[in-house]
Formats: sequence, C-alpha cells, structure tokens
Amino acid sequence: MRRAAEGKAVCFAVLLVLAASAWAQPAHSDIDGALAALVRWAPLIGEGFVLNVLISVIAMTVGTVLGLLLGLGQVARMRWLSRLSAALTQFFRNAPWLVLLFYCIYVLPFRITLVGTTLAIPNWVRATVGLTLPVMANVSEIVRGAVQSVPSGQWEGSASLALSRSQTLWLVILPQCLKRMLPPWMNLYAILLMSTPLASIVGVEEALTMTRNALGAERRSELLIPFYGALLVAFFLACWPIALLTRRLEARAAV
Amino acid sequence: MDLIESLFRELNASAGINLTIVYDPFDRSRFWSGFLMTVYLAAAALLASLALGVLGAAAQKSPIAPLRWLTDGYVAFFRNTPPLVQMYFFFFGLGSITPTVPDDLGFPTPLIGNVAWAIVALALFAGAFNVEIFRSGLEAVPKGTAEAATALGLTRLQSFRLVVLPLAFRTCLPALNNNLVNLVKTTTLAYAIGVPEMLYVSNQIWSDALNVPEMMTMLLLVYIGLVSLLVWAMHRWESAMRLPGFGER
Repeated sequence: MRRAAEGKAVCFAVLLVLAASAWAQPAHSDIDGALAALVRWAPLIGEGFVLNVLISVIAMTVGTVLGLLLGLGQVARMRWLSRLSAALTQFFRNAPWLVLLFYCIYVLPFRITLVGTTLAIPNWVRATVGLTLPVMANVSEIVRGAVQSVPSGQWEGSASLALSRSQTLWLVILPQCLKRMLPPWMNLYAILLMSTPLASIVGVEEALTMTRNALGAERRSELLIPFYGALLVAFFLACWPIALLTRRLEARAAV
Repeated sequence: MDLIESLFRELNASAGINLTIVYDPFDRSRFWSGFLMTVYLAAAALLASLALGVLGAAAQKSPIAPLRWLTDGYVAFFRNTPPLVQMYFFFFGLGSITPTVPDDLGFPTPLIGNVAWAIVALALFAGAFNVEIFRSGLEAVPKGTAEAATALGLTRLQSFRLVVLPLAFRTCLPALNNNLVNLVKTTTLAYAIGVPEMLYVSNQIWSDALNVPEMMTMLLLVYIGLVSLLVWAMHRWESAMRLPGFGER
C-alpha cells in the first residue's frame, strides 16, 4: 500500500510544478520558453548540484567517523568522558544548522600557513566543516541508541566467555549495532543532502546559488517557479530513493 | 541595570569582548525584536503545522481516494525536498504571481509578505512530518480499544475523540517533541528571505559593531537555551501525560 503511495508522490510533484508554471505563464509566451531556458541552464545548475553531493559525502564521511568516536565516548565507562561526550553531542544537536554554518564561515581562518606555504581554504570547505559538526552529533546519538538497544544479556554472555570490555564492544555489540544504525544513518544522509543548500546563504556556489544566478541573468519573472520547482524536483529525486530504501530496511529489521 | 551596562562596557574596554546587545539600547532592542520574531515564527508555524498534521492524518483515512493520494504526495514531497529551496520556491516563485496592493507611498507591495511566506513554508515542511507522526500514533492504538468504547455505547466520533485520540496523542508525543525542536531550529532559514528574526538581526549587529565572534557565540547560546527550554517543557508535559503501564519506570 505504501509503495503505491510513492508513485503518486512523483505525479503530485510534477503536477504541482507544471500547474504552477502554467499559471505563471503570461498569455503571449508558451511553456516551451521556460523549458528551453531550463535546458539551457541545466548544465550549470547540475554542476552546482555535484558540489552539493560532494559536500554531503565529505561531511557524512568525516561526521560518521567523528560521531562514532563521540558515540563510543558517550557509552564509555569513564564518567568524565561520557559526560563530556554527551554535552558535546547535545550542544551540536540543539544548535540550528544554519547558525553552525555561519559560525564556521566567519570563525574559521580563510587561509592557513603551513611551513612557509600559504593554503587558501575555499568557502565550500568551511561550509563542509560547518555541516560536519551537526552530522557528528547526530551520528553520536545514533551510535549511543544502537549500543543501548542491545540486550544486556549480550554483555553478560560475553563477560562469561572471558571477553574484555573492548573485545565485547568490537566483536559482539558493534557488529549487531551496524544493522540497527543503517536506517537512521541513511535518514541522516538524506537530511544532510537537503541541508546543503544552506551553504548558498554563505556564498558557496552550489545548485541553489547557480539557480539564483541563472534567474538573475535571465531577468524573467515567469521563470521563477519553473526554475525553483525544477530544483525541488531534482532534490526530491535524489532524496526520495534514499527514503524508500530506508523504509524497506526498517521494515525488514522490524520483523 | 546601569551596573551591568558599565560592567560590559568595561569588559569591552579591558578584554575586547564587545557585547553591544547588553549595553547599547539600540542593539538591545534590535536583538530583542529578533528574538520575539523567532518565537513568533516558531509559534505560528507550530500551530499551523499541528493543524496540518491532524488534517493530513484524517485525510489519509478518508474514503475519497484522490484525497488520500494528495496527502501521501504532499507528505512524500515535502519530506524529501530541502526546506530552504521550498522557502525560495514559495517566496520568490509563488510570491511573484500573488497579487500586490499599494502601500502607504503607493508602491506595489505583495499581499503576502515575507513573514507570512516564511510561516507558510515552515508550516508545510513541519506539517508533512506531523502527518506521519500522527498517523503512526493513531495506528499504535489497538483496534480493540476503539471497539470496546463502541461496545460501551459511545458513538464512533465519541470513541475517536474521547478514547483513541488521547491515547494516540500520548504515543506520538516524543516524536512530536523532536519535530517541534526541529521546527524551532528551521526558523533560521527565514533569514534567507529577509525576515528580521534572530539570525538576521544578529547579522546586522555584527556588521555594525564588528563583533562577529561574540555575537555568534551569543546567538548559539540563545538558540540552545531556547531549544533546551522547549525540550524541558515538553519532557515535563510528556511525563505528566504518561500512561501507567507503558515504558520503563
């Protein structure tokens, strides 16, 4: 039943954009004008979209590694370490993504000097750092939740087999967590990909910036809806398969 | 008050930590109005998104098929597109075709301003999540409960309103809590369409007073305070409405 609903979602999306564009067209112009403009600008906007994907992949990779460490810190035996990790996690989880992004854009240096050579740090790298922080905090919570969802009998069983705490964690607990962590992790990736347009606010030339540039060059108000609508559809087509796959994995795990 | 003001002036002079929003009345009033705008955006979008969530969850159960498709489509589309692009689509896209009215000076101004569009975009975004949350809550109530209520002589509507809905609401409260926190954080996106909320006014202040790190940190702390307050209040409410016999403790 759910799968049938998904098919309709695409129809809905396309319908929404088409209807809105048709409504926006003045009587003398036709829909081909908007379509032609869209095709003309598609390569440039597509280039921007590649940057969106690149930012999201880097932020996800680094964020996952850091988040894994932070999450393991949260379940650590040492009281100070778990407290510190929990505080860091809550801090970066509760701060708005956009504010963290601003923070990194303004506070991180725009170039660094390493043994005599000056390295310029482009805007998009700093934006990626800004997006990595909330990803890290969210992964940390996913790890903690997964570790705590493993029945305590597993810990006791491993202890009776004379495994040390770190052996239990790496050989018994984490392999089981992997399956539980995958759906929320993929969900997080979709959220991250949907958050990459935030980087346009701080001047990174990704898809949304490119769309605005294209619209600025065209100077035709009837193109506003088709262009932004097409961008919405592009993101939808990228995020929606992830959502579908996540739902399928969750359904499999639930049985 | 004067003492605090002079204290922060002193802090600026001695340590170089320039928190103009504490001692400068103009900056203080700007920041305060930004704070109020953020709260207003969050509250308005919250109420609208809750209404959307309830309506959507009801529509998903409707016998009219097109209404169900429309709701499913709305939920899938708004959950899987970037909220910022949604906001641009609404404000710049749909805003370009909405009628304009002349303002006091005779210039045409859009009938629906940027604040209203921000609320519309935020409500539609959060509402899509709320529909799913309410649906899962309603599905979590065992069918037998509603049947038992009907067996006691309640009408279908009564059993829904008095038995199913209160139970469903308690089940979905944690997820709702999560979504509402997200909504408060998403209000920052209104910055992009020029709504003078907290991030926007902070940007103005740090551009004037050149105190970027101080204002940034302040902003971050205020947001975390706001979110923590909401989380705390919702947790209190959650435990006050807790059903005996469910969950731990």
